[in-house]
Amino acid sequence: MEKNNMNKKKNINSHSILLLITVGLFILLYAAGYFMYGFGANAKGFEKLQNFLDIFRTNAALICIACGMTCVMLTGGIDISVGSLVAMDCMILSVGMENSGISPTLLVPFVLLIGIVFGAVQGYLIGYLGIQPFIVTMAGMFFARGMTAMICTDQVNITVDNWFKQVAGIKVYMPFELGAVVNKRGVKMVPYVNIPVIIALVVVVLVFLMLRYTRTGRSMYAVGGNQQSAALMGLNTKRTKMITYILSSFLCSIGGVLYCMNTMCGTTTQALGLEMKAISSAVIGGTLLTGGVGNVFGSFVGVLINGTINSLVSFNGELTRLGGTVPNVVSAFLLFVFIMLQAVFAKLRERKQ
Amino acid sequence: MKSVIDWLKKVSKKPLFLPLVSVFLVLVINLVYDAIQGNYVFEFLKFELKEGALYGRIIDILNRGSEAAILAIGMTLVVSSSAGTDISVGSVMSLAGSLCCMLLAGFGVTHVRELGELQMPIFVGVIAGIAVAGLCGLFNGFLVAKMKIQPMVATLIFFTAGRAIGLLLTNNKMVYIHLEQFKVFGGKLWIFPTPTVIAAACILVMAIILKTTSLGMYVQSVGINPKASRIAGINSVAIILLCYVICGLFSGVAGIVATSRIYSADSNNIGLNLELDAILAVALGGNSLGGGRFNLAGSIIGAYTIQAITTTMYALGVAKAQAPVYKAIIVILIVVVQSPAVKAYFAHRKAQKEGGLAVAGRS
Amino acid sequence: MSNEVILSMRGICMTFPGVKALSNVDFTLRSGEIHALMGENGAGKSTLIKCLTGVNDFEKGEIFMGPEMRPIRNHSTLEAQKNGIATVYQEVNLCPNLSVAENLFIGREPLTKFGTINHKAMLNRARELMKKLDIQVDVTQALENYSIALQQMIAIARAVDMESKVLILDEPTSSLDDNEVEKLFKMMRALRDEGIGIIFVTHFLEQVYAVCDRITVLRNGQLVGEYEISDLPRLKLVAAMMGKDFDDLQSIKSKEDEAVSEEVLIDAKGLSHVRKIKPFDLDIHKGEVIGLTGLLGSGRSELARCIYGADKAQTGTLKVKGKETKINAPIDAMRLGMGLLPDDRKAEGIVEDLSVRENIMLAMQSLAGVVKRIPMEKQMEITKKFIDLLDIKTPSTETLVKQLSGGNQQKVIIARWLATNPDFLILDEPTRGIDVGTKTEIQKLVVDLARQGKSVIFISSEIEEMLRTCNRLAVLRDGEKVGELTEDLSQESVMKVIAGGERS
Repeated sequence: MEKNNMNKKKNINSHSILLLITVGLFILLYAAGYFMYGFGANAKGFEKLQNFLDIFRTNAALICIACGMTCVMLTGGIDISVGSLVAMDCMILSVGMENSGISPTLLVPFVLLIGIVFGAVQGYLIGYLGIQPFIVTMAGMFFARGMTAMICTDQVNITVDNWFKQVAGIKVYMPFELGAVVNKRGVKMVPYVNIPVIIALVVVVLVFLMLRYTRTGRSMYAVGGNQQSAALMGLNTKRTKMITYILSSFLCSIGGVLYCMNTMCGTTTQALGLEMKAISSAVIGGTLLTGGVGNVFGSFVGVLINGTINSLVSFNGELTRLGGTVPNVVSAFLLFVFIMLQAVFAKLRERKQ
Repeated sequence: MKSVIDWLKKVSKKPLFLPLVSVFLVLVINLVYDAIQGNYVFEFLKFELKEGALYGRIIDILNRGSEAAILAIGMTLVVSSSAGTDISVGSVMSLAGSLCCMLLAGFGVTHVRELGELQMPIFVGVIAGIAVAGLCGLFNGFLVAKMKIQPMVATLIFFTAGRAIGLLLTNNKMVYIHLEQFKVFGGKLWIFPTPTVIAAACILVMAIILKTTSLGMYVQSVGINPKASRIAGINSVAIILLCYVICGLFSGVAGIVATSRIYSADSNNIGLNLELDAILAVALGGNSLGGGRFNLAGSIIGAYTIQAITTTMYALGVAKAQAPVYKAIIVILIVVVQSPAVKAYFAHRKAQKEGGLAVAGRS
Repeated sequence: MSNEVILSMRGICMTFPGVKALSNVDFTLRSGEIHALMGENGAGKSTLIKCLTGVNDFEKGEIFMGPEMRPIRNHSTLEAQKNGIATVYQEVNLCPNLSVAENLFIGREPLTKFGTINHKAMLNRARELMKKLDIQVDVTQALENYSIALQQMIAIARAVDMESKVLILDEPTSSLDDNEVEKLFKMMRALRDEGIGIIFVTHFLEQVYAVCDRITVLRNGQLVGEYEISDLPRLKLVAAMMGKDFDDLQSIKSKEDEAVSEEVLIDAKGLSHVRKIKPFDLDIHKGEVIGLTGLLGSGRSELARCIYGADKAQTGTLKVKGKETKINAPIDAMRLGMGLLPDDRKAEGIVEDLSVRENIMLAMQSLAGVVKRIPMEKQMEITKKFIDLLDIKTPSTETLVKQLSGGNQQKVIIARWLATNPDFLILDEPTRGIDVGTKTEIQKLVVDLARQGKSVIFISSEIEEMLRTCNRLAVLRDGEKVGELTEDLSQESVMKVIAGGERS
């Protein structure tokens, strides 16, 4: 009857609205930066394509981690151990290569394996024992951070010239010398990215495909939507949750390798607050904290937004003086705004039903 | 042998079982350590009066554990009423301290050496710091109680922003208040370490509140069965909000103490990782992290026990940065035992035993 | 309709600690029939279903399926599904965030030859299924965009697509309006005509007569009977369900108690709460005991809760002692001298980890406010008074209430409200789960309260009980108040009104 046709779109899809807001926000921020620091007389370099690409270069690791975080949040969980795991990975890589002379061919797979084991332990506790994700991953966070110090308390720089260092230094230039500028010394500068960026983009695509085209991926959405229903429909919710955390820590370790390629060192204070950036990127990207809704593309844009904020701050001399705190405050503020938006939309939806 | 097991089973159900066992274990470890080191076996209990102040390992524990104890008071209420944890406490501590120092010194000033340089009386700065911390608690409580956002996520905001805001307030520098009148909060009162006195005062205030008002019963009722509480006339939103505000206020107090200890606003380090200690204290105190009945004494004992564990670890040679590893393991052990799956397993076994008896009895 | 038997449950016995939930229950389902399973609370309906679907591990009895009557035993809902038994619950067990198509096929999505999900094929199959069952939805939309009624039909569609031979619908119509119920019935009839056997668990009398072929009635864990719909007039059904419990038939009301004061304490007009209770008028006099009767689910509790503010009234006006008031939360009602004993004591009554004393004092403390703690001596005095008055069996005042038996827990909650000395008390199934001797005590208590000038709403499934204590009965059916009885209060007349057919 007619009533059914009217049922078609009872309420506007609030999820697409959130995603639109995210993309819009990114465009807005970048445009603001362009006008403030890249236009005409004020041109300080923001207008260069390299500036845009630099956001990718500095955030390659965060992109991988945000993908993993998205999956975890889809199931209604959270993983705050990621920053510490990255620090631990970097320390292992640095100390291993620099102090013990172990080849990266052994170290890199080892670090990835550690990620899998770490995620498996967390995943088991959360998925099978039913412990709150926050507590488990907080313990994981402190464990990893402490282990980093146990391995070495000083900063270790990677100076040894192995394939790791070489790969980290490879510049991938834009095809057709797109966006090339001639600098003051008359040298043509072609914008470039590096290997970590390529890997990060590949990860995004792979995770996207997994979420859309595999049963495990769709189970993640189901578990987050209504765990009880998912179980009644015959899905193995415990296993799905465990796989999610394994994936998160595995991607986090990939991110750790990329992070190390960028920083070429291991210290105990590395990647502090990275989990927060990953969570805020996912939330800003439209992933619901309550689970069941989200996609990696949104989280990817969320990372870009975080990166743009950092870039904007670095161009502003005043704010730069205040150090790394300003991006944190802005991140936290954005997170707050998006959390509130999600809560408000949820209440509106409730009232309509 | 059986009677011992029965006695153990009975005793293990008592609320203070877990914290007291933990204390006992720490004592034993200390004893063993001292014995191995060739010290006087009860070395750790010894204290002496030197230069008008009390010294000793046990005094040290009571002193350094003050902040954790103060935080544990508020955290207990938060956990009990909302089955969640407030992870912003450490950052809020830092924020309170930074605000206080900034107000006392004036924005941009990094050293205060004379009383005359103070922009306002010390107690005003202190009250302001605590008040701001209370406002953070109000913010958290609003998100959790009214907007129904998960506590961990809601408090994640100040977990990140707290320190950053503190740094902004102090213009990204450390602000030193070199005044005895300020150092006293972290120093000593007569022969006692002031932090311990302040902690004792906070505990006393809370104990009095719990004894003279029905706040304790309300908080537990809301945490155990919010529906029944509502029908019986309790406003659970207001109660949960109040718990977070109290937690914020106590974080402020702890922040002032910590700041006073080093007589400076060190936004990056004050209260660092202390949220884990506070949560651990509540869990170690025998309180369920899933909310409900709480035992404040347990949390306090838990807080000092953790400090004792930390101190013991340092004595054993564990570096400060490495201590979190062991604390993490302890947290995991406790929550595994408290986990739904493990509880269900034991309940199932108990039912099987009882079911078996029932069937036998009937036929 | 002589269809073949596709499901046969014989001699099912199920015991929970201390309670025999099912004794020797038989159940038969034929293909191509809609079979209603009915019974009051505690009758064992959901327990029986859980035994069938593998949630409960029953200790005696057998289940046979299919024309060949092979014995089966399900250990999980998954296994039940594999055996062709699907259940659709009242709270739709689908994932609201996923699309309709995904909800239909999650866990068994059609795959491409690479092992990835073939979305196109899934959408096509989903559309076919919806067309076949005449459900008009866009399969690409998220499930939460559609009404509960449609969601339920989609849940049924999933069950049907998984080639279920037995479809269990557990209270599917509780949240539906009349149009939606019609649509559901149309679908059920279509499925029946295809040979599926449907077990329809419900308490809505009219609906049973509208769509079912057979009825099985349970009471107190036992089989009362299996009937063809045509052989079972309404009155007989209601009598079968409510039955007569052993009860001390001595009357406890005296002649004076029959007289009721003129003064109106509560005057409710047009109060309602969407989906729970249709607009009703009720006035309650001082010192009067009003019974709300009707089958479970007829709206008795909802009516009382609407007055009390537990489910805030969305329409209408309420006058207490002549003054118009608005009740936004239970505490408002409490301040006006009201109290509510909810029917689900576990979910809304006891605070299980608090002591007996704290549970008893809870409401009284709420009235006093959080700051003014009632002194411990007074608390002990009041607690002891009610432990004696109601004969509550507890080792001490500080025992945690979860350690008490169900009946004693109930007494604790009654004590909680009596302690507040209310002018108006709502007792929803106060004697459920209480031993016979104490039942009478509570009934006497109710009459006592009325003598003291208090008003009581008394809700019970046992008509006898209400006839002994009430001055007046309000009758409810299917979510609405359908009548009042003041004279000729007898079991017969009440059941007649409940059964309906002829409106009284």
